[in-house]
Amino acid sequence: MPGLHTDQLIIDIPGRADGTPLNLRIGAGEVWGVLGPNGVGKTTLLHTLSGLRAPRQGNVRLGDTALANLGRRAIARKLGVVFQDQQDGFPATALETALVGRHPWLSPWQMETAEDERIARDALGQLGVDHLSARLVNTLSGGERQRVAIATVLAQNPDTWLLDEPTNHLDLHHQVAVLQLLSEQARCGRSIFMCLHDLNLAARWCDHLLLLYPSGEACWGTTDTMLVPSALERLYGQKLITVEADGAPVFVPVKG
Amino acid sequence: MRGYSRPLMALGGLGLLCIALSVSIGSASLSLTDTLAVLTGSGTPLQQTLILELRLPRTLSAFATGGLLAVAGALMQVLLRNPLADPYILGLSGGAAVGALLAMLAGFAGVLVSGSAFAGAMLATLLVFGLAHGTGSWTPSRLLLTGVVVAAGWGAIITLILAMSPARQLPGMLYWLMGDLSHAGSPGAGLGLLALVCALVFPLGRSLNVLARGPLQAAALGVSVRPLEWLIYVLASVLTAAAVSMAGSIGFVGLVVPHMLRLVLGNDQRLILPACALAGGCLLVLADSLARVVIAPEQLPVGVITALLGVPTFLYLLYRSR
Repeated sequence: MPGLHTDQLIIDIPGRADGTPLNLRIGAGEVWGVLGPNGVGKTTLLHTLSGLRAPRQGNVRLGDTALANLGRRAIARKLGVVFQDQQDGFPATALETALVGRHPWLSPWQMETAEDERIARDALGQLGVDHLSARLVNTLSGGERQRVAIATVLAQNPDTWLLDEPTNHLDLHHQVAVLQLLSEQARCGRSIFMCLHDLNLAARWCDHLLLLYPSGEACWGTTDTMLVPSALERLYGQKLITVEADGAPVFVPVKG
Repeated sequence: MRGYSRPLMALGGLGLLCIALSVSIGSASLSLTDTLAVLTGSGTPLQQTLILELRLPRTLSAFATGGLLAVAGALMQVLLRNPLADPYILGLSGGAAVGALLAMLAGFAGVLVSGSAFAGAMLATLLVFGLAHGTGSWTPSRLLLTGVVVAAGWGAIITLILAMSPARQLPGMLYWLMGDLSHAGSPGAGLGLLALVCALVFPLGRSLNVLARGPLQAAALGVSVRPLEWLIYVLASVLTAAAVSMAGSIGFVGLVVPHMLRLVLGNDQRLILPACALAGGCLLVLADSLARVVIAPEQLPVGVITALLGVPTFLYLLYRSR
């Protein structure tokens, strides 16, 4: 079965108790959001799901195969990661950066073909940064860099997307545009799994939610079952006012 | 897809020009036509001896040494994601020098000195990279500081050895310390190693490009980061050790050459690494020619010239990175 699954997974955060083992079934066509306060382990979970960090216990499966039994290249063909921040030791242009997404699809002896370049340019176009393709990435604004990073994974073309706060640095319009693009990917049968800080974006764009509590407890399920105001208030330790707009709940923090 | 051949052909042509220039100048100058005549098999016996047996091996050694140092520098810079990494600055040359001087002190010469220098360079690499790595990863500042401190330690040991050495051995030791190509020996092995590495590096090139974006990003894009990092590390150490054992400690070639090439050619390692091999060779051939003629018939150690070029470059890079 396609998708990303975890069996009794406990992520390894030094000095913290095990908490709830995660048995997630992230299926094709689903958009998952991870919610939780700062430092709760959202990024660690994402790195564990992508095989970049060993779990304390349990395992992660990509389709039917355990992640630990797959090579990095085989994983990269199926699973793409958008990190929270991008480091660039040496300057590269936006086009070169997006082209790097083709790496898992090329053999060591192969040069990038015209087709790869077309895919990369197309990805930059879908994120609305094609006019920046010749610019050096380190000269771009935070939001533009974020969109180039997402375009890189779009060029990579994986079945499963893991994104660490993909709306970081983005203005309102581009937040919506990026989430729209991810929903589009899900409609084509891909799985999307992302950490989000904005409760309201999660409520509107995700069909499944995973709530991570500082105690290590976790609960997950479809969005309508998870958006219980009292649970969310406990999650963030913040009183909320719930209103309804455009058919979705909107959570507003209580002042003071 | 992109034009790799034109810049490499241009650098190759430049390399041949530098070599021709280098073999025709010296304490007895030859015209370029005389040089060409000798290289195509004619010319007087004296000219033939001068060029084929004296100047050409030395020039080719300079080319190989420069190329090896530049490629080693470029590889270390990718490994550490830091344009300031250089075999000399990281103290590898210091380790090699201690190895060489100990061999000289024990009365050895030739191959044994080179072998001992090679061992010293490998030991220094292990020491610096091992200490800087610790339990975490290679952070640039930690590595540079470890390199500088370890280099200071090697400096103290070198001073100690010089102080204990009999006076008649001192000139040879000093020349070796400052980088000297007059005892480089046959250039065959160095040139062979350089060609081998360029061939080996091409299929690795794209992975290196990805690695330059950070280990996490590289792993997410399908690069087996640990094996690749170890391979670069061993490769860079072997190249440095080979260069140092040929010509003594010559600094800053690995810093200056990759930096200049990146400004002109961009950051694709598939182009930068072979270009470093050629341009590094050119730079050292020119520096060596200069070293032979500035105060002719006396010779300057070539390391003096590369250091005079390299120190301002390093300071400029450091200044700009803040």
